[in-house]
Amino acid sequence: MEPQTIVPITVGEVVQKAEQAKKDGCRLVLISCTKIDETFEIIYTYEKDLKLTNYRITVKQDDEIPSISGIYWGSFVYENEIHDLYGIHVKGINIDFKGTFYKTAIKHPFSVTITKEGDA
Amino acid sequence: MTKQITVPFGPQHPVLPEPLHLDLVLEDEKVVDVIPTIGYVHRGLEKLVEKREYTEYVFIAERICGICSFIHSQTYVQGIEQIMGLEIPERAEYLRTIWGEYSRLHSHLLWLGLFADSMGFESVFMNAWRLREHILDDLESTTGGRVIQGVCKVGGVRKDVAPEKLDEMLKGLKNLEHELNELNNVFLFDQSMKHRLKGIGKLSSEDAYQLGAVGPTARGSGLAIDIRETGYGAFGKINFRPVVEHGGDSYARCAVRAKEMFTSIDIIEQCIKKIPDGPVDMKVTGAPDGEYFSRTEQPRGEVIHYIKGNGKKNLVRHRVRTPTFTNIPPLVTLLKGCELADVPVIVLSIDPCIGCAER
Amino acid sequence: MTYLAKSPWIIHYDASSCNGCDIEILACLTPMYDVERFGIINTGNPKHADIFVVTGSINEANREVIQNIYNQMPDPKVVVAVGICACSGGVFRECYNVAGGIDKLIPVDVYVPGCAARPESIIDGIVTALGILEEKRTKNVHSPQVTDNGRAEHPKRHAKGGAE
Repeated sequence: MEPQTIVPITVGEVVQKAEQAKKDGCRLVLISCTKIDETFEIIYTYEKDLKLTNYRITVKQDDEIPSISGIYWGSFVYENEIHDLYGIHVKGINIDFKGTFYKTAIKHPFSVTITKEGDA
Repeated sequence: MTKQITVPFGPQHPVLPEPLHLDLVLEDEKVVDVIPTIGYVHRGLEKLVEKREYTEYVFIAERICGICSFIHSQTYVQGIEQIMGLEIPERAEYLRTIWGEYSRLHSHLLWLGLFADSMGFESVFMNAWRLREHILDDLESTTGGRVIQGVCKVGGVRKDVAPEKLDEMLKGLKNLEHELNELNNVFLFDQSMKHRLKGIGKLSSEDAYQLGAVGPTARGSGLAIDIRETGYGAFGKINFRPVVEHGGDSYARCAVRAKEMFTSIDIIEQCIKKIPDGPVDMKVTGAPDGEYFSRTEQPRGEVIHYIKGNGKKNLVRHRVRTPTFTNIPPLVTLLKGCELADVPVIVLSIDPCIGCAER
Repeated sequence: MTYLAKSPWIIHYDASSCNGCDIEILACLTPMYDVERFGIINTGNPKHADIFVVTGSINEANREVIQNIYNQMPDPKVVVAVGICACSGGVFRECYNVAGGIDKLIPVDVYVPGCAARPESIIDGIVTALGILEEKRTKNVHSPQVTDNGRAEHPKRHAKGGAE
């Protein structure tokens, strides 16, 4: 299997890297978010000819990240998901559901610690 | 200008077994805008990694979706094995590949039935599901489960298949191939079918690529995106070519799936001929420390499991991006400009799997 | 046995199921299991239906839909919960968005266990439902209109930290 690397970048470089990826003929595969203690890691994954390119940014809860939906139109599904599940604001999404993409019992469930009654 | 009206489509709709809601903005009969709403099946199972150990979580990963179940568990354990650097027995790799292709066959036949049903072609629906039962019988007799198999585990598979059974499966596939041929002739070359499908819901190959289409949706538009070519499982040792059609319309997407069933049969036959003897399972100790994007090709396209562990029994993050999720933007594009009466056919032509998409 | 029980019409709704039970319900309709020989027909219209077959558990988005379908069905009506998720929440009971089994929201008459429920047990469940349907008809039972009082019984959850 192919080895994988994740390149750390800054929030300011997100749009520029997306433009570069588009110019190189990559397709957007995935934007994923992970909560590590108090910070959030967001990974942008692009692919060309079955090879993955990953860029990682690290943000805090109140930070705002730019949308890449101007470059990759389809990225709105990922960006709305990150907003709804993590509560991170994404600026300038082309189709902004404003928090109604996922209707969850708890707001931004992945940004909080949840205990449910009756847990074993 | 004509007055615009909004027609809701779903979540409970006769043509959809699953809840998907679309707000269709219409001008007369023409769809001018589509706003998808999801979340009717959202469970939030990714967060269960905090409560389940990574070995137990295979069962949750498998239940992301009942149609793509086996391949989900395969993708998940593959990711864990990559992080932990495990070389699993070769026989297990082959068995996973065989079961994976069986899942693809059952999923494509299921789709074929539902798709025919959406057009009112009931006899194809019934016949496709009749053939599908043969596949499920083989899956059940080898794994123990019809739709949820529970046979994958970190370090291999839980069950071995006897050589006699493998021979029997080969014979079964020969019969199936013959019957599939007949079914495909009815389905793909029928005049009224062509009328309903040709030129309906067109997606250019450029759009498909930029919008992130995967699987048969992309391959129907002339893009050869097939993750099986990365050679996961036993695919590195098998000869096959991805099926690509260039029409970009609903008919092309159907043709891709119809032809892929024969590719799957061919792959299973090659696997059964090449499968080595040996153990199917190995002992696993420790816990994953690291991160990996595990990719496989599901019946509906590329699926990615992002797995991150920190050396503890519980993973830090498991994130699933399923093919239907990334096929939502292409679907929105496909529907714009079509007629209201064609909406069910176009929606089903991307083979949506909502249970997967929303997790 | 009356005509009603000889040809019951069912409506199927996928709550937050994984599809496993749904495709088994569809498998019941096709040649291998063929429930149409019992006169059972799958309909898409709640107002035509006698038996409500639900798979999967309640979540935040679908509780309204389930209620609506239940309220729209004419009396007598029977609810069959298919699969362990519909019975109790199953493996997903601890998920943040799963409120539990269908009985938290609407009255359930028959529980069909299994993950995924086998076609044989689904058919068995529906045949059991026929007896209940017949009983409800003779006794002229009026089903209650369901409102979202399930929300009151909703397990209390506590969330700490994070965004508001």
